[in-house]
Amino acid sequence: MKRKLFFLIPLVAFVALAAFLLRGLWLNPREVPSPLIGKPAPPFERPKLAAPGENLTNKDMLGQVWVLNVWASWCAPCREEHPVWNEFARKKQVPLVGLNYKDQDESASRWLRDLGNPYTVSIADRDGRVGIDFGVYGVPETFVIDRTGVIRFKHIGAMTSTVLQQKIVPLLQELGRS
Amino acid sequence: MSRAVFAILLAAVAGVACANEAAPTLSDPVVAKREVELASQLRCLVCQNQSIAESHAGLAVDLRNQLHEQIVAGKTDAEIVDYMTARYGDFVMYKPPFKPTTVLLWLGPALLLVIGVFVATRMVRARRAVASSVLTDQDHARAESLLAGAGKDARQP
Repeated sequence: MKRKLFFLIPLVAFVALAAFLLRGLWLNPREVPSPLIGKPAPPFERPKLAAPGENLTNKDMLGQVWVLNVWASWCAPCREEHPVWNEFARKKQVPLVGLNYKDQDESASRWLRDLGNPYTVSIADRDGRVGIDFGVYGVPETFVIDRTGVIRFKHIGAMTSTVLQQKIVPLLQELGRS
Repeated sequence: MSRAVFAILLAAVAGVACANEAAPTLSDPVVAKREVELASQLRCLVCQNQSIAESHAGLAVDLRNQLHEQIVAGKTDAEIVDYMTARYGDFVMYKPPFKPTTVLLWLGPALLLVIGVFVATRMVRARRAVASSVLTDQDHARAESLLAGAGKDARQP
């Protein structure tokens, strides 16, 4: 009886392998887990898009929970997610900072004029350095940063109202309470 | 529908963007050599199956510039790789580091080989044991009686 069961081992191994491969079919290889989650957001200092003479630094945001959205006027999925941010901004829950990534100020400003400006403030990262420090590799990307300046959540790709409602809003509420 | 068309367009553009091998930044040969060596060990996260040495994506160009600057600034290879993994995770390295989460990845093949050798050895031994088993006198006697008795009956028409 015991010996007979040995013949099942290859079958079991095959089923296990097939299960892993099947799971892999539904994973998105573009979603690489960020090592920055749970770590302090990298320091930055960049001019404000609306007022290029003024800079915004990471220190300015300490003490409040905020959302950083990396966007660019050349980025098509940013256009797709834009209505979601417009809707989000209407509730004025937390500051939404736009990191205008490797863009031209003019095109960026025109984009905001045409599509609406959900951002509390947008800063211009013309050379993409801040983007690199945040590990940005696919615009748009979204970060949730807590009062102490620690990155708590990252979303890669266009924001959807589902992700916003199910993940970000509850997280913001939780972080706002503590 | 429009999303599908958009996706196809995007894929086409991505294909073009990744197609040509990127020219290394010009500089003195020692720096250039290290730059290319490092760049070919690092994955471009935009075109994931290309290193940042090969990729023509904007991010790969920026990262190559970063490599260049850091090499010129006198950073060691380890420091530069740390800089990259701190931002993009171990996934940027084509050769993953050996640590608890990657033990199976590194030792898995060796483990499978050991299991295979063990199973094969046991099977071969088992077979050899059957083949080399010596017949006792009793076995011979029984065989003869079978051949003499049952065999004759069977052959007679």
